[in-house]
Amino acid sequence: MKNLVIIFLAVFVLASCQSSSSKKGNEKSAGKSKITLTAAGATFPMPYYNMVFKEYAEESGVQLTYGGIGSGGGIRSLTDKVVDFGATDAYLDDAKLAEMPAQVVHIPTVLGAVVIAYNLSGVDNLKLSNELLEKIFMGEITKWNDPLLKSNNPGLNFPNSEITVVHRSDGSGTTNIFSDYMSKISPKWAEKVGTGKSLQWPVGMGAKGNPGVAGTIKQTESSIGYIGSEYAFAQKIQTASVQNSSGNYILPSIASVSAAAKGDIPDDTRIMLTNSSDPDAYPISGFTWIILYKEQNYNGRSKEQALETVKFLDWLESEKAQGEAEKVHYAPLPAAAVKKAKAILRSVTYEGVPLLK
Amino acid sequence: MFSLVEGAIPAFKTFGLKFIFNNQWNPTSGKENYGALPFIAGTIITSLAALIISLPLSFSASLFLGEYYRGTRLAQIIGMMVDLLAGIPSIVYGLWGFYVLRPLLIDLGLPNQGFGIFTASIILAIMIIPYATSLSNEIISMVPNELKEAAYSLGATRFEVIFNVIVPSARSGIIAGYILSFGRALGETMAVTMLIGNTNIVPKSFFSTGNTMASVIANQFGEAEGLKLSSLIAIGLLLFVITGIINAVGKFIIKKME
Repeated sequence: MKNLVIIFLAVFVLASCQSSSSKKGNEKSAGKSKITLTAAGATFPMPYYNMVFKEYAEESGVQLTYGGIGSGGGIRSLTDKVVDFGATDAYLDDAKLAEMPAQVVHIPTVLGAVVIAYNLSGVDNLKLSNELLEKIFMGEITKWNDPLLKSNNPGLNFPNSEITVVHRSDGSGTTNIFSDYMSKISPKWAEKVGTGKSLQWPVGMGAKGNPGVAGTIKQTESSIGYIGSEYAFAQKIQTASVQNSSGNYILPSIASVSAAAKGDIPDDTRIMLTNSSDPDAYPISGFTWIILYKEQNYNGRSKEQALETVKFLDWLESEKAQGEAEKVHYAPLPAAAVKKAKAILRSVTYEGVPLLK
Repeated sequence: MFSLVEGAIPAFKTFGLKFIFNNQWNPTSGKENYGALPFIAGTIITSLAALIISLPLSFSASLFLGEYYRGTRLAQIIGMMVDLLAGIPSIVYGLWGFYVLRPLLIDLGLPNQGFGIFTASIILAIMIIPYATSLSNEIISMVPNELKEAAYSLGATRFEVIFNVIVPSARSGIIAGYILSFGRALGETMAVTMLIGNTNIVPKSFFSTGNTMASVIANQFGEAEGLKLSSLIAIGLLLFVITGIINAVGKFIIKKME
C-alpha cells in the first residue's frame, strides 16, 4: 500500500513537471509567431469586453483572452504579473497604488450602470426614493405593501408579500459602485455598512456573480437586488427608477448614464461617478477601468508584446469600439474621458521610451 | 498542507484562536473582522442533516440491493441508477434544486423563498446517497451465506436475520460508507452555494439561510486580498482539520465495534 502511494506521488509529480514545462514551451513558440494578450478581472463589463475583444482579434490577428474573475482578481493578477492588463470597476486608491510592485495607470473603457432590478408581477415603473433604497436594503422595510412604498408610488398595486433582498455573495466591483452610492445618500448606511467590494449585509441573501443575482431575481417572485445593467436587460428583468441628487426619478439608459460623466474628470481618471449632480443623470453609474503597468518592460516581456497591449487599449478608446458599447447597454465614454485616457496611454513606456506617439 | 498553514498564519495572528468562535464576518475595510463560526456551524448542520435524511433512504436501498433482491435484474438496474447518481456533476444538482425543488418548498410555505439550510441539506442528502448505498450494499452482499442459513435454520424471520446477523457483521463497512458520504457532504460547494442563501451569519433556525465553509471560500476567494484572503485560507485549513477529525472519529467507532 505504501509503495503504491509513493509510486502514485512520483507519477503525479513527474506528470505535473512535464505538463508545466511543455506549456511554457508552447507559450514561447506561440509568442514568436503570434502575439497573445491575456487579461483578467471584472465581470461587470464582461459582456462588452467579450464582444470587442473578439472583434479586435478578428481585425488585427492578435489573440486576446479575458477571464472574468472579478475586480479583485484582476488587481491580484496584475500584481502577480501573470496578465498583460487587468480590469476593475473599483479604482486603486493611493494606498493600494503604493502597494503595487510598480507604477500602475488606469484607462477607463466604458460607462456602466448598476440597476435596481426587481421581480414583482403587476408592478411596473417602480420609483425608489433615497429613503426607500436605504430602508429596503437595510431591512427596515420588509413588506411590499409598506405605506412608504405606497405613498411614493401612487397608483401601483403592491401585494402583501415579503421583500427578498438579493445581493452578491462574492466580492465585486458592482457592489463597490452600489455601496459607494448608498454611502453617499445615507449616513446611516455609511456608518453601519460602509463602502466596499464585499459587505456585511444587514438583510437578504447572496448569489454568486452578476449572472447569479440576475437568475435568482428572475426566478424569485417579490425579490429585489442590484446588478450590472446588461444582465438585467439581457434577462428582461424589470428595473426601478432611482431618485438622483436633483430629486428626479431616472431610469437607467444610455443617455442618463452618459449624463453622469459630464462633470470634471481628474487627469488620472480615478473618480466615482455615483450620485452625479447632473439633473438628468442616473445616479448609480460608474467607469470601469483597465489597469496596466506604466513601464511595460517587466517579467521579460518583449517590446512587441508591450506595443500590442497599448495599441489594443488605444483601439478601445477609438470611436468604433466606443460605438459598440450601446449594443450591450453600456454608455460610451464622454470625449473628455477619451482624451484623458489617450494621454495616459501615451505616457506608457518601454524602457523609458513611450510606446505610442 | 504547508501552503494552507502558511496562508492562514496572518489570520490566526490577528484574531488568535477567537477566529474559530467569532461569529462576525465583516469585510468592510477599516472594520475588518473575520470569524469562522457561521461557516463551521453551517457546514456541520447541513452535513449532519444530510446524513440523517439520507440514512433511511440509503440503508433501505442497500438492503434492497444487497439482500432482498440480490443478484436479480431489478437490483442490477436500480444499483446502476444509484451509482449513476454519483456521476452527476454537482452543478446539475444545484440547478435541479434551484428550479425544481425550491418552487416546491416555496409552495409548502418555507420562508426565505425556499433558500436555506434545509434546502441545501436535502440536496446534499440526495448527493451522498450513492456513496453510502454502494458501499453498504457491497458489504451486505458479502456477509457469508452460512451465517444467514444458520440463522434461518434456527427459525429466524428475514427481519431478524437482517438485524441480528447481517447488520452486525457488516456494520463496520456500513459505517465506513456513511463516513465517506459525510466527508463528501462537508466539502460539497457548488450545489450548496446555489441553495443555501449565502448569508454570513450563524443560522438561527433549520429553515434560515446560512453559508458553509466550502461555499464561502468559493464565493469570496476571487476578490479576496490581505487579511480576508488569509482568513479564507484559514477556513480551508479548519475544514481540513474537521474532515480529519471526523475520519478519525469514524475509525475509532469502527475499531470499538470490532
